[in-house]
Amino acid sequence: MADHAVAHAVHDPNIGNTGLDNRKMGMWAFLGSDCMFFGSLIGTYLAYKGKSISGPLPHQVFDIPLTSYSAALLLASSLTMVLALAALQRNRVKVAARWLFVTALMGAHFVLNQVYEFTTFVLHDGLTLSTSLFGSTFFVLTGFHGAHVTGGVIWLLILVGLAMRGQLDARDYTKVEIAGLYWHFVDIVWIAIFTIIYLIP
Amino acid sequence: MATQAAFMPGAKVETLTFWGTVASWLTTVDHKRIGILYGSSAFIFFLVGGIEALIMRLQLARPDNTLVGAERFNELFTMHGTTMIFLAVMPLSAAFFNYMIPLMIGARDVAFPRLNALSYWIFLSGALFLNSSWLFGLAPDGGWFGYANLTTSQFSPRHTIDFWMFGLQILGISSMLAGFNFLVTIINMRAPGMTLMRMPVFIWMSFVTQFLLVLAFPAITVALILLMFDRFFGTLFYAPAAGADPLLWQHLFWIFGHPEVYILILPAMGIVSEVLPTFARKPLFGAPVVIYSGIMIGFFGFGVWSHHMFSVGMGPVADAAFSVSTMLIAVPTGVKILNWIGTLWGGSIRFRTPLYFALGFIAMFTMGGLSGIMHASPPVDLQQTDSYFVVAHFHYVLFGGSIFGLFGGIYYWWPKITGKMLDERLGLWHFWLMMIGFNVTFFPQHYLGLIGMPRRIYTYAGDLGWNFWNLVSTIGAFLIAVSLLFFIVNAFRSLRSGAVASNDPWDGRTLEWAIPSPPPVYNFARVPLVQDRDDFWLQKYGDGHGAAPRPKPAPVTAAEIAAIHMPSASHWPIVLAIALAVMISGLLISMYQVIVGGLATLYLMYKFAVELHRPPAGHGH
Repeated sequence: MADHAVAHAVHDPNIGNTGLDNRKMGMWAFLGSDCMFFGSLIGTYLAYKGKSISGPLPHQVFDIPLTSYSAALLLASSLTMVLALAALQRNRVKVAARWLFVTALMGAHFVLNQVYEFTTFVLHDGLTLSTSLFGSTFFVLTGFHGAHVTGGVIWLLILVGLAMRGQLDARDYTKVEIAGLYWHFVDIVWIAIFTIIYLIP
Repeated sequence: MATQAAFMPGAKVETLTFWGTVASWLTTVDHKRIGILYGSSAFIFFLVGGIEALIMRLQLARPDNTLVGAERFNELFTMHGTTMIFLAVMPLSAAFFNYMIPLMIGARDVAFPRLNALSYWIFLSGALFLNSSWLFGLAPDGGWFGYANLTTSQFSPRHTIDFWMFGLQILGISSMLAGFNFLVTIINMRAPGMTLMRMPVFIWMSFVTQFLLVLAFPAITVALILLMFDRFFGTLFYAPAAGADPLLWQHLFWIFGHPEVYILILPAMGIVSEVLPTFARKPLFGAPVVIYSGIMIGFFGFGVWSHHMFSVGMGPVADAAFSVSTMLIAVPTGVKILNWIGTLWGGSIRFRTPLYFALGFIAMFTMGGLSGIMHASPPVDLQQTDSYFVVAHFHYVLFGGSIFGLFGGIYYWWPKITGKMLDERLGLWHFWLMMIGFNVTFFPQHYLGLIGMPRRIYTYAGDLGWNFWNLVSTIGAFLIAVSLLFFIVNAFRSLRSGAVASNDPWDGRTLEWAIPSPPPVYNFARVPLVQDRDDFWLQKYGDGHGAAPRPKPAPVTAAEIAAIHMPSASHWPIVLAIALAVMISGLLISMYQVIVGGLATLYLMYKFAVELHRPPAGHGH
């Protein structure tokens, strides 16, 4: 008993009795909750689909090639995220930092494309938050996704900053893996949003 | 670092200055202290909500009364409902989650101690923000379920709804953070041998509650975000003139709102499932079935929300489906009631205050459940909805159920938490007065509802036949208030001069009774090795089928205690919670405040996140 207690006191406090990391499990719980968040927003979009009584309609404003490019960027950034993680695991901190930075750049590019898209809708097509139900549901749903990507970009840049100050190495694998879980989730949500809003007529 | 050292295991007890003590509470990450903070805040808000109820009952005591006007009455019932649900019952349950979950699963703390502190400070800032509306004469007045489009700026142009909307949003963040924390704690922090089916039933019910919290709150978060966009940025989500569906809010709200009902009742069911076996000196009858029933309730809880909306005319198919699912959910609930009664059957029952409250819970909750099955039938519901019958029903489940159960928990665990016993005689005065006062208040409301008294009216004419029973109901409400005075006196007397509690005053069955009262900061000097459900009971008495009691373990050595590492105190949780409150309250004051608060929140999140990343040597980790 005594040996056991001492062993318990010195082993990694983040690993629980299932052998999984607390922080990783916490992130999974958050992502489950976030599924319900996006589920409610997407449900609202679908409930109001085709109910607008004025204003431009989706197919009149969407620039599918541009958005497809954005989607491809975000999907590709999941690959660079994995490469960053793989490099960190082998303690190649500089390579990992580079891939993290590339991931953040692609995310930032995605957000900038969204800013451009929103601006075009407002200035060119006259579609705003208060034009129609389509405007309201579209901007709020995609805007919250964009906010998630922005949060992810800030997170990735913080990791890059830590790596540059020499405070990130193979010991921090789990921390980067958790950021990756979040990043992949935001990606997957985009696949759903892209399909439901842009691709299904 | 004197403040921390005093709470580090093995350190000599130092005398703290007054401000040192305050600082140690503000920066604490100890789940037990956070539990006490939750419990005492919740009790104060329970009294605030109770005073709101008393004013309403005074106004309704006689016909054509003019104590408060219609508008003040709207504010009172809105704030009473919101306060009791979000600031009294939920945080009182959270107090037990905080204090008892680590003790009952044999852990030294929760999975994320600093996040736990953050949950509490966000809860407190949200609660103070919501109640500060009274000071500005802008108390929310849209009802606790705030139906849009009544709450859009067209019909509620003042800031009243904003206080409600942002207050709930802040409280939601707190609840979800706590939910993630306890989910991970229960899955991952159990002592060796504490398999899932060996977990105490209170832990199981808490576990189901955390799932409901993290999965149901996003729906109201979204509903409130859409409302915020409608009120502040001109979107059209709740604008029927633009083609919006007037039922959108109702669906989103009740997808949250019905699981919320189980968030309020499941912890109390868990407490009762601990109290009954202890005082009947028998294992919980059919414990696995009680656990499965709790899981079923949690699962079905997501499939019954539209029974709150029968009167909006959803059509026969939806009405039938939700009617059936609502009647189905009564089955696991009935199973539990049977099992609780089965636990008492043939037990050697000791009648102490916690048991009285647990029995009160079973009786009152069953009555509330029976009236609930009545409105599961749409035609019956159409007669009863928005009448005092419904008011009676939900007070039987939420007061007769949750509050009685939670008071049972307070009486049961008070000796463990404070190290002092509560007075039995005062406890029984509290129980009987509350039991009688509760029934005098709410039973007549069934009848008032059936003879046509609508809920939420601020006064009524004298010739409707409602006068007598309204007066009776008001008298009952004051009986409840008097009963609470007995509790308050009892609590203060116990803290000042109560009998000292032993480690195991009730001859308990679960792990928390194996350690000192109050527990040391590290809870368990040695992490226990669990071999069975009711492990502590079996340690003491054997299994009753021939297995001998286990030998007492060797005394704990000072070296063992010195080897325990506990997390250090942190000031980031409270600072971050304040920044968040500054940001959100800025939406009512100035955009500059939002921006400054938002940047501060981001920066402090960063500081919070990296606090334990590469701590300098000697930091305690």
